[in-house]
Amino acid sequence: MTHSIELRRRELMLSLAALAIVPGLARAAVTALPGESIYRLDAKLQDQDGRSLALSSMQGTPVLASMFYSSCQMVCPMIFETIHMTLRALPPAQRSAVRVLMVSFDPVRDTVAVLKQTAQSRNCDSQWVLARADEGTTRKIAAVLGIQYRRLSDGEYNHSAVINVLDPTGRIVAKTGKLGSTDHVVSAAIAKMSRS
Amino acid sequence: MKPLYAFVVAAASFACCVANAASYVDLPGGAFESVLPQGPTPTVSSAVQIKPFALRSAPVTVAEFAAFVRAHPEWQRGIAPAVLADARYLVQWSTPLDPGTAMRADVPVTDVSWFAARAFCEEEGARLPTWLEWEYAASADATRKDARSDAAWRQQILAWYAKPGSDPLQSVGGVANVYGVSDLHGAVWEWVDDYNALFIAGDSRTQGDPDILKFCGAGAINVIDRDSYAVLMRIALLSSLNAADTTSTLGFRCARPLEGQP
Repeated sequence: MTHSIELRRRELMLSLAALAIVPGLARAAVTALPGESIYRLDAKLQDQDGRSLALSSMQGTPVLASMFYSSCQMVCPMIFETIHMTLRALPPAQRSAVRVLMVSFDPVRDTVAVLKQTAQSRNCDSQWVLARADEGTTRKIAAVLGIQYRRLSDGEYNHSAVINVLDPTGRIVAKTGKLGSTDHVVSAAIAKMSRS
Repeated sequence: MKPLYAFVVAAASFACCVANAASYVDLPGGAFESVLPQGPTPTVSSAVQIKPFALRSAPVTVAEFAAFVRAHPEWQRGIAPAVLADARYLVQWSTPLDPGTAMRADVPVTDVSWFAARAFCEEEGARLPTWLEWEYAASADATRKDARSDAAWRQQILAWYAKPGSDPLQSVGGVANVYGVSDLHGAVWEWVDDYNALFIAGDSRTQGDPDILKFCGAGAINVIDRDSYAVLMRIALLSSLNAADTTSTLGFRCARPLEGQP
């Protein structure tokens, strides 16, 4: 049973690749991931350097994952600042192992150039992935991250501010809505991963 | 030569549609006032423009979903990962592929997650309706496009909510509204695409939360028309869900843009 399904998936991926819908992304590791892994969601992103990446390519390290939009004046800068504070408070070895994934709610206005500019203005180095996806994928990513958002008629977004801690296999092991200071729940979860 | 070809195509597409039995009806859209304020000021209502769209005339049935699962083994119970469908996904079916004889084929499929519902709709070139599209369609009764101010109509809908959830589900195809859409009320709860966009002030998750910054910008929104209990219950239910959740009374229908619309 599993074999034939794997075969089907392979066939599907091959036929999609032939149609150049999926630009040669290796997805071999997908079935090794646990059922709770957010990387089981097949989602294509584009980062601040214009590179295409699969959501599942974030696997392998602890990840802090949240969402934002660049024109947001109030809460989003605080999400960036809170993640910076959290990273700074970690021991260097743990800090360097963590990656940050920030997905935009606003793929229309957050072009690659805008993401790049936001990365620079928010002091996000290569440890950070600022990403955009098509609208349907954006809502799926919000769904797996447990983040609510809605676009208002004036182009702003209402959204919940949640920072998720993902383990290397993509399971959400902690989350916080606390902004403006480091949440010990987050640092404890990262520390626990570095011990195991 | 040419006419024959056209005939073959017509016959093929006829066969396709009969087999799928997916019937969509066109809704004209237009200015619509939601119970959820849509503008930047959470206490002031402003009408929004609903684009024309097509909506399935009835919820997706058990038989239709079974055909989908047979064609897409990755959506079988036990194979779909927990992050996309919880442990009770399609739990009432006899086997992962077969709903079984205890389950009527023409009732709305339930115990499906938002991800599974979305995958079904994508498969037929559609999507889930947005909340506004759903609310707009559900504001109509058999003769009026907006029956919401009619107390008798509201009462009729509320009577359904008062029925115990353990009652068996009815076959799809109840009395159609003025657009030709049936079962929006009185059948099952239905997923919408932006189920995770419906905050309400005083929502249990924010109550007593000292951190008002949890919600950005305009913050948690208010509800304009507090007399629309039936619709408010929908919003309360939907906003309490996670995308992998399933319940025995939660189903879905699909929507799609009209020809020539984005």
